[in-house]
Amino acid sequence: MDYVNDWMNAAESTGTSIMAAEFADGVIIGADSRTTTGAYIANRVTDKLTKVTDHIYCCRSGSAADTQAIADVVSYHLNFHAMELGEQPLVETGAAVFRELCYNYRDSLMAGILVAGWDRKKGGQVYSIPIGGMCVRQAVSIGGSGSSYVYGYVDANYKTGMSKEECVNFVINTLSLAMARDGSSGGVVRIGVITSEGVERRVVLGTELPKFYEG
Amino acid sequence: MATVLAPPVSESGFSFENCKRNAELIKKGFPAPKATKTGTTIVGIIYRDGVILGADTRATEDTTVSDKNCMKIHYLAPNMYCCGAGTAADTEKTNAMIASQLELHRLNTNRIVPVATANQMLKQYLFRYQGYIGAALILGGVDNTGPHIYSIYPHGSTDKLPYTTMGSGSLAAMAVFESRWHKDLSEEEGKQLVRDAIAAGIFNDLGSGSNVDLCIIRKGSVDFLRTYDEANKKGVRQASYRYPKGTTAILTTKTKNIVVEELSVRQIEAMDVSS
Repeated sequence: MDYVNDWMNAAESTGTSIMAAEFADGVIIGADSRTTTGAYIANRVTDKLTKVTDHIYCCRSGSAADTQAIADVVSYHLNFHAMELGEQPLVETGAAVFRELCYNYRDSLMAGILVAGWDRKKGGQVYSIPIGGMCVRQAVSIGGSGSSYVYGYVDANYKTGMSKEECVNFVINTLSLAMARDGSSGGVVRIGVITSEGVERRVVLGTELPKFYEG
Repeated sequence: MATVLAPPVSESGFSFENCKRNAELIKKGFPAPKATKTGTTIVGIIYRDGVILGADTRATEDTTVSDKNCMKIHYLAPNMYCCGAGTAADTEKTNAMIASQLELHRLNTNRIVPVATANQMLKQYLFRYQGYIGAALILGGVDNTGPHIYSIYPHGSTDKLPYTTMGSGSLAAMAVFESRWHKDLSEEEGKQLVRDAIAAGIFNDLGSGSNVDLCIIRKGSVDFLRTYDEANKKGVRQASYRYPKGTTAILTTKTKNIVVEELSVRQIEAMDVSS
């Protein structure tokens, strides 16, 4: 079967640039929009920012099948939990459910997830759950294959207590730099602003992205 | 005791006897037979008042075309159809099983089943089998919330898109969509675009071929256009190219009689026809 491409065997994977950052009133989440099977772009307008509850979102990286399945299961558990509790679940709880699945099935999953959201107890929070199933809270976190190019930029430019627009621009700039250097990231930048009010979604088109040094 | 009124119940579940046979063949140094895979072009688009699904009709076993006119657009529910690429047996059975569950769900709820429900059932089923069920699908349908197209991969990931292609001819077909698709296509424009996308797969991909099948789903009505277009119409022979009798001149003729060396006669008993 030489002429049939490797799309049958290659798992659909999100070679990705994702990030989440806390600011004064909540969190900003962001992601590129490229989904690849081998060298082919299977979807150029993917939404990797997936809703879990009204105030908790996750940024997905790794295998698309695995992360979608995990997000579905966590979404089920948290909404069930919300009904029993009679109020919105804490972001910490959401991250714990993600960690439980990612750790228990660490041998069969390929998933790097950022959990971000807002709750009344601790405000805007970001939790990073990398491949082995560890869970750690960070003020700012980046993930996916594109992230390795921009650690320096994030360390140099992130400040605690930024304003909303300041933080949105920081996220757009970081992702634009990552997408420019990483071949398996690209497309548009999708943004989510999570505050006590709920979620505000934005899209920055590929033609409207900020430009940096291009040699 | 099996009778006409109570026929024997066949054993349920999978049969693994072929796995044993294949292992035996490999042990003896023979290659095991390969599964029929549909090197395929399948597509789906959303247009002004619904969705259009398209597929080619070639099924292959390695480099051999095993079926020149197979059906790759499967029925799922009255308002949903699903194109299949990948292992032919898997796409066929997966769709049949989900179709059965959807019909029971429709009867239980007495509602038009949402396309999102079928998508969720298919992705959970495929994820459970970790990619071993080689079914790559394009699910299309219209429900109370409007038209929907989903592409579903063998490992269980799904994408929701306004236009999509799958199979080995997906690159050729996507090139057509990327240059000509826009929202607010009319039905005629949509049919032409889908036909052209499948034709691009048929002509530029070795795994795809033969005819174009279409399926148009609107709110409350479906048109299944089997063999909408024959991409490779056979030409009609304009004249007879047979040599007339006597074209080759006979130079000499020689007749040799057969020499009978031995003759034996066998007596056969007459058939018993008495009832």
